[in-house]
Amino acid sequence: MKEIYAVLTLAYRDLLKLLRDPTRLISELMFPLLFIVILGGSLQSSFGTGTNFDYVAFIFTGVFAQTLFQSASMGVISLIDDRENDFSQEVFVSPISRYTIILGKIFGETLVAMTQALGILVFGFLAGVHFSFVQLIGLAWTGVVTCLFGAAFGVIILSNLNNRRTADQVFPYIMLPQFFLAGVFNPIQALPWYLDFLSRISPMRYAVDLTRDLFYAGRADSVHAILQSTTYNLTLMTIAFLVFLFIGTFLFVRKEQNR
Amino acid sequence: MQPIIEVENLTKRYRSAKQNAVDGISFSVSAGEFFTLLGPNGAGKTTTISILTTTLNPTSGAAHIAGYDIRGEASQVRQNIGIIFQQPSLDFNLTAEENVRFHAVLYGLYPFRPTFSSMPITYKNQVSELAALLGLEQEMGKAVKKFSGGMRRKLEIIRSLLHEPSVLFLDEPTSGLDPVSRRTLWEYLRQVRRERGTTIFLTTHYLDEAEEADQTCIINHGHIVARGSPEQVKAQLTETYLLIDAADRNQLRGELHRLKVKFTETTSFKINVKGGEIQNLLKTIETPLTLVKTHDPSLEDAYLEIIKES
Repeated sequence: MKEIYAVLTLAYRDLLKLLRDPTRLISELMFPLLFIVILGGSLQSSFGTGTNFDYVAFIFTGVFAQTLFQSASMGVISLIDDRENDFSQEVFVSPISRYTIILGKIFGETLVAMTQALGILVFGFLAGVHFSFVQLIGLAWTGVVTCLFGAAFGVIILSNLNNRRTADQVFPYIMLPQFFLAGVFNPIQALPWYLDFLSRISPMRYAVDLTRDLFYAGRADSVHAILQSTTYNLTLMTIAFLVFLFIGTFLFVRKEQNR
Repeated sequence: MQPIIEVENLTKRYRSAKQNAVDGISFSVSAGEFFTLLGPNGAGKTTTISILTTTLNPTSGAAHIAGYDIRGEASQVRQNIGIIFQQPSLDFNLTAEENVRFHAVLYGLYPFRPTFSSMPITYKNQVSELAALLGLEQEMGKAVKKFSGGMRRKLEIIRSLLHEPSVLFLDEPTSGLDPVSRRTLWEYLRQVRRERGTTIFLTTHYLDEAEEADQTCIINHGHIVARGSPEQVKAQLTETYLLIDAADRNQLRGELHRLKVKFTETTSFKINVKGGEIQNLLKTIETPLTLVKTHDPSLEDAYLEIIKES
């Protein structure tokens, strides 16, 4: 019970920190806003009308998954400098297990990212994306799945990094290619074999595709947006989640004390 | 009496380092004692504290706190200690009470509740009692970012005492505080010791902060260079003596023998006397003196000397 209370406390602390920091709240919504409104809007008016393809909806779903995935994984990676920072120092010397800390962080960053998800939904709506109540429910649960998956991805990255500087240097190279390989903005249904291979090993791809599975269900243009089925994506994500989580936590805990 | 902290041959070498950050140190601290680990920056103080508080594994050696092994029983060790870090360990955007509450839940004292008002009454009483002790009752609902440096330190003390630790570790708690805050912080620590009998383990590079300790260890380059009560360390480190010389050294030597004064003769005559004895001795010497010099270093001089030597 003690460990469950600890997980709740850690997660609640992450959410509260976000809500008490309006500047951060706004800045974290800037990129999704730019992508959906400007990128989506311009692609739509340049290509969309001729091809009958709904670019705004495509980019909206891509950015929705990408933002949650990235936000959750970055949040978890922040554990790397937390040993010297604010209340987190306290967390690391409290009598709770390291696994509890990782779990609390994963749930905390999921809550933080889901707060952002609300903002993205609003941008999508303003940019002209229409969604039904069923689609909204779909986005809500794929959102949670994506956050948990992104956070677990963060754990495995975290376990292989030594300090904040390396993290800052490496992170763009891990994240940015995935934007394109996962098809956040660009359709990736036809790719040369080497790009197809890289795309298939990009975790973000499955989060983006799962989101589109749900959003495009029953729509005529779904064939142009969806890659694999919900079951396929969910199965792969579950396996990868468990692998990332257990190996990552194990490595992190070991490394943390043997500096 | 069983010591509350026992350190044997503790050694730490960081993975990328060529030298040991802490090199085979041993000491013990009795329950209720005020212990200081003194040393310049980079001496190995924070490394020692990190090992004792179980956030860092030692390369070799052993340590026990309240009878628990720091390696095998880390969780029990953690339950028994409180820590005040060098860097403030508070969430600035949260209120003082939230910082305290999250600590309390992590230490398993109370169940998790999202608001202060939904917390158990025992918690509320404990917090207001501690806040009153340190004079922060009015401030607990405010965001920590509005606090001064001294208030933040006080809040950290309140928080660290919540789970009634038997040892309170403080890692250079006064660095960055103004003299007034420093002094009040000391008063609070004294009060805590008096009222709760908490063992205090403090690292500092300010010598005057070690003066009140029951036991002090001076550490440099990972080695203990002096230890004991401040008086003992002072006696160990400082040597008070009188240097005299005369044009006629034979006459002076003879006179000192006659007066039965012990001395060592080098480039001058070194006599171990201090205080009022110096004047009495000088009054009795009739040989014309060419040199009279007293050597009476402060503890700080001695500390600087020993740090330079080792």
